[in-house]
Amino acid sequence: MLTTVIISLSILGVLGVLFGLGLAYASKKFSVETDPRVDRICELLPNANCGACGFAGCNAFAEQLVHGSLDVNTCKVCASEAKSVISSVLGKELVNQEREIAVIHCMRETIPARFEYNGIQDCRSALLVNGGFTTCQYGCLGLGTCATVCPFEALYMGEDGLPHVVDEKCTGCGNCAKVCPRGMITIAPMSRDVHILCNSKHDGKYTIGCCNHGCIGCKRCEKACPAGAIAVKDFLACIDYTKCVVCGACVDVCPTGAIGDYSLFRGKQSAKWRSGLAAK
Amino acid sequence: MVRTFRGGVHPHDSKDMSKDQPIKQAPTPDIVYLSLRQHLGAPSKAVVKVGDLVKKGQIVAEPGGFVSSAVHSPVSGKVKEIKPHPHMMGPLADAVVVENDGKDEWFEGCNVATNWESMTPEQLKEKIRMSGIVGLGGATFPTHVKLSPPPEKKIDSAILNGVECEPYLTADYRLMIEQPDRVVEGFRIIMKVLGVSKGYIGVEANKPDAYIIMKEKGAKYGIEAVMLKVKYPQGAEKQLISAILGREVPSGGLPMDVGCVVQNVGTAAAIYDACAKNIPLLTRIMTVSGDGVSHTANYNIVLGQMLGPILKECGLKDGIRKLVFGGPMMGLAEPSENIPLAKGNSGVLALIAGVEKYEPRMCIRCSRCIDHCPMGLNPSVLSLLSDISDFTSMEKHHAMDCIECGVCTYMCPSRRMIVQQIKLGKQRILASRKK
Repeated sequence: MLTTVIISLSILGVLGVLFGLGLAYASKKFSVETDPRVDRICELLPNANCGACGFAGCNAFAEQLVHGSLDVNTCKVCASEAKSVISSVLGKELVNQEREIAVIHCMRETIPARFEYNGIQDCRSALLVNGGFTTCQYGCLGLGTCATVCPFEALYMGEDGLPHVVDEKCTGCGNCAKVCPRGMITIAPMSRDVHILCNSKHDGKYTIGCCNHGCIGCKRCEKACPAGAIAVKDFLACIDYTKCVVCGACVDVCPTGAIGDYSLFRGKQSAKWRSGLAAK
Repeated sequence: MVRTFRGGVHPHDSKDMSKDQPIKQAPTPDIVYLSLRQHLGAPSKAVVKVGDLVKKGQIVAEPGGFVSSAVHSPVSGKVKEIKPHPHMMGPLADAVVVENDGKDEWFEGCNVATNWESMTPEQLKEKIRMSGIVGLGGATFPTHVKLSPPPEKKIDSAILNGVECEPYLTADYRLMIEQPDRVVEGFRIIMKVLGVSKGYIGVEANKPDAYIIMKEKGAKYGIEAVMLKVKYPQGAEKQLISAILGREVPSGGLPMDVGCVVQNVGTAAAIYDACAKNIPLLTRIMTVSGDGVSHTANYNIVLGQMLGPILKECGLKDGIRKLVFGGPMMGLAEPSENIPLAKGNSGVLALIAGVEKYEPRMCIRCSRCIDHCPMGLNPSVLSLLSDISDFTSMEKHHAMDCIECGVCTYMCPSRRMIVQQIKLGKQRILASRKK
């Protein structure tokens, strides 16, 4: 009885030692050289794998950072402290870049529908049915595809049927902007907080017919802007964020309230700036 | 013998409602809206200016590229404006608006009989191109493109599509029994352009009289009429080829890859008018049907005519639940009846009963969609992949081979919007290919 136990224990013990030696040898012989910097950078990256940089996840991005000539700022999501550490790991100088945020360029109050849409609840599908069910061909469809693709839960569909950006969570990764079939979401620098809140390239008459807050292309903002940052093209004003000085002159002259100044309401619920805008 | 393809369904065809109505000439309207987007491909380019006087048959827009088509004025009168106007495929597209002066004057050289048999295939092809002819079955693909296969693709058979497998529609049927000579002559022109001697006309078994007429008329020109099983989508190009010739178009391929060209009977009639009478595409035959109109009709109607008055003439009832342009399976639901007639519009259906909103539920893996898919795809997997926006995997599952016939959605017991989901996937795949 006792000998059986001793024999089996010793056989297992010998096998264990043999396998252990084999593994130790294999780990030396077949070890893969990894750049310790890649691992270090990977730890510092957000690891959200949002894909906004264009690479398959944070690990692939880190490898490109070390072996390619990419800039750290290609990652929109990473916090600036982490970025400075990554830069020092890479031995490069960090060019400070401003935080960016998604901006919804539509503020229609109701969905002015041309017909009842019963199809798939996805904006991209809705657009395939007679060019979308809204009278305005450029405005929000309100089915929330942007909110479903946001990897940071920074977009939610409000009761008004429009997407709202949660300032603290939005990283400016641009997934929502890419998915929006109407192209009415853009990524803008945080400090340039005056935006054209309309995407309508319809002429003024048509725009007024379907929306109270549409840009009618009257060019008043273009004339009022002291910095020459606004240009009206295709009945739609467009702000050049590199020139904008956030003076708010355009907000005051806009007859339809299609230009909004987020800076007054940043950090609060977006419904508030809307009521503030309405009171104006 | 009745031939057919694998898969498909047989919805109630509802053709009794309008099949005995002879083709009626609709009154010429006071104003026509000629959309520049009536076909697949690049939009046409307007060649007239506001205020110009145009005559009947005069070109108002030329093709905007190779895959594009010309537009002609079906009335004589003045160009009132050129501006965006609602059209069949979407909310707004540029349209040439012509005010009818009632003189009905033909443009120089139009409506003059010529002998097409003395023309070369190249001349005929150019004539077809400049006459603005597109596939009148509903796909609106420019006909001259289909008739210009690259030289390495040898075409040995031409097929004429008189199947009309969509429920309700009877426009092609009326055309075949009322004006068979136009159809057969047009088909002879197609055969001459392609340089083939063998032609087939496919007719579904629910139109025996049309089959007999086509058989008689075509016999002396080597055209064989083929009786096909009543099944949807028998009239889809690839299914028609499979039924008549037993050839399968390869994945991602075109009928020309298996030596075929398929044309609709309406297209053939339009080709005859263009080549033998010098009349460009100005009118088309269209069915008005459904339980939302008090009397159904088959109209010969000018392109660009507003459909509202036509529907009123047919006794449009109140409480229409859905207005469909084209057949109920593949047609487009339209938001309003005030849309001008476009080249590809084979019918207008006003529907009240049976139009319901369904809440899609989970896929129960019953495989009905797979059994009936005429393309042999797996719609259930495609639908599930579309749910999670995995368009790359959809491409691997051959989503691009889907012909969007809607059989899967029709069969699904869970009321899943499978064909819509595949359409979304196809659109995303095309967008990513463009990048």
